[in-house]
Amino acid sequence: MSEFDQLYRELILDHYKNPRNHGLLDPADARAEGQNPLCGDEVTVSVRFGEGDTIDEIGFEGRGCAISQAATSMLTELVQGRSAQEVAAMPKDELLDQIGIPLTPVRLKCAILGLGVLKLALHKAKGTPLPEEWGTAANELKLA
Amino acid sequence: MLDAHRLRADFAVFDELVNGKPVAFLDSAASSQKPRQVLDAMREFYEHSYANVHRGVYQLAERATAGYEGARQKIGTFINAPEAREVVFTRNATEGINLVAYAWGLVNLGPGDVVLVTEAEHHSNFVPWQYVAKRTGADFRLIPLDENGELELTALDTFDGDGRVKVVATTLVSNVLGTVNPIEHLSRWAHDRGALIVVDAAQAAPHRRIDVQALGCDFLAFCAHKMCGPSGAGALWGRAELLEAMEPFNLGGHMIRRVSFEETTWGDLPHKFEAGTSPIAEAVGFGAAVDYLEAVGLESIEQHEHQLVAYALERLAELPWVDVYGPPADRRAGLVSFNVEGVHPHDVAQVLDWEGVAIRAGHHCCQPLMRKLGVAATNRASFYLYSIPEEVDRLVDGLHKAKQSLG
Repeated sequence: MSEFDQLYRELILDHYKNPRNHGLLDPADARAEGQNPLCGDEVTVSVRFGEGDTIDEIGFEGRGCAISQAATSMLTELVQGRSAQEVAAMPKDELLDQIGIPLTPVRLKCAILGLGVLKLALHKAKGTPLPEEWGTAANELKLA
Repeated sequence: MLDAHRLRADFAVFDELVNGKPVAFLDSAASSQKPRQVLDAMREFYEHSYANVHRGVYQLAERATAGYEGARQKIGTFINAPEAREVVFTRNATEGINLVAYAWGLVNLGPGDVVLVTEAEHHSNFVPWQYVAKRTGADFRLIPLDENGELELTALDTFDGDGRVKVVATTLVSNVLGTVNPIEHLSRWAHDRGALIVVDAAQAAPHRRIDVQALGCDFLAFCAHKMCGPSGAGALWGRAELLEAMEPFNLGGHMIRRVSFEETTWGDLPHKFEAGTSPIAEAVGFGAAVDYLEAVGLESIEQHEHQLVAYALERLAELPWVDVYGPPADRRAGLVSFNVEGVHPHDVAQVLDWEGVAIRAGHHCCQPLMRKLGVAATNRASFYLYSIPEEVDRLVDGLHKAKQSLG
């Protein structure tokens, strides 16, 4: 595989060009947005819960590099049907495994932006824990 | 006329391979590469003349002081400063601007005063003024840009209604747009109102002749690392009477005249602003960089970069899916910012890296300007005395690849 294929392998390109669950839910039960100030990546996530805090529907909007947008798209597929508590406890490696390519520290922040925003939305709606274990990577992301 | 191919032999980095390819370094606006003449001068200084400067009574300290102060002289001559004592060594251009914002701004600004900066400023000449305005209660106002990315000078007089304009802070060359600002005009306008003008010359000093007396400015900041010198050294030039009237910025060793239990008085210029041990060998390297640029010739450098940026604009115009920002070639310094339709700059830069082409992608420390342009980020290719047209061709080839794969 060439370096190009490694980083932008088909799955990522597919999610980038055809993002899943694209568009914000209105009304929504939970919502948050975040930016990576380093590169200007932006992601907003909205969630509707079903019974027992299960994520029934999720929608996102954003702009940024292929990694940040594709990773958020993949994330929306990954978390559907899971409980808020489960997603709040989800390690970032689960998403990174899904992305499946090595990421430099700079690009890692692009990849986990959507997950950070989703965890914040869940925290605001359900009081679940924030992703403190990420340390500086999370601190550098601007979440609101 | 400058022979870039010959000059490249002075820069060992051009023998490096990046991803198996010779590096096309198009990021000199962020930091330039270093010629062996500068590296040799620093090594020579460390091996034969190094000690802490000033006050030492032994031979090595005298040599070190001569090297350090000699560099100050060279830098003063380089910008046509009336006196070398008006040149203060700093860590970088940002520190020079902070020095003025804190030591002059905090003391001299207040409610009813207007601080004027341009929409195109690098954060280094934006954030300190925004902060000091907020601290002092002064109004923070922005000189707008037109659709070419050039200052709307007709808007200037509207600021008179807002209060007393006390300081105008502007860059000489925009690090995103390549716009060359009319400093002489702005200096006259500011001085007509009794205001000071502070110029960020970080993107100008490496590339064109700077004459602080012709510019008519009050302060001018720049740094060594963008002009073939080492990182960690910069210079702030200021008019002597202003620097003399100012409070110190950093306090501690070397900047004093006399210290007692009760009080401290400040040293003379420039020492009042150089607390603590300075970047000594870096200052010497800064001086060597000035020698290097003077030997090549600032006029030749400007002309060479002008030809390159004109060629780059011509090649980029062949690509209908590329948006270019900033003024036309005849009014632009040697850099170009652009976006590839449908492809984020980080992705563009990543694909180019695999081709051995190094460009910068992001907000370039100009978030307000990005908002003005309506983009989150741009790509930027910037040229220097060692840049060659073949590198522009490699950039364009790489852009085709990025567009094919991601656009």
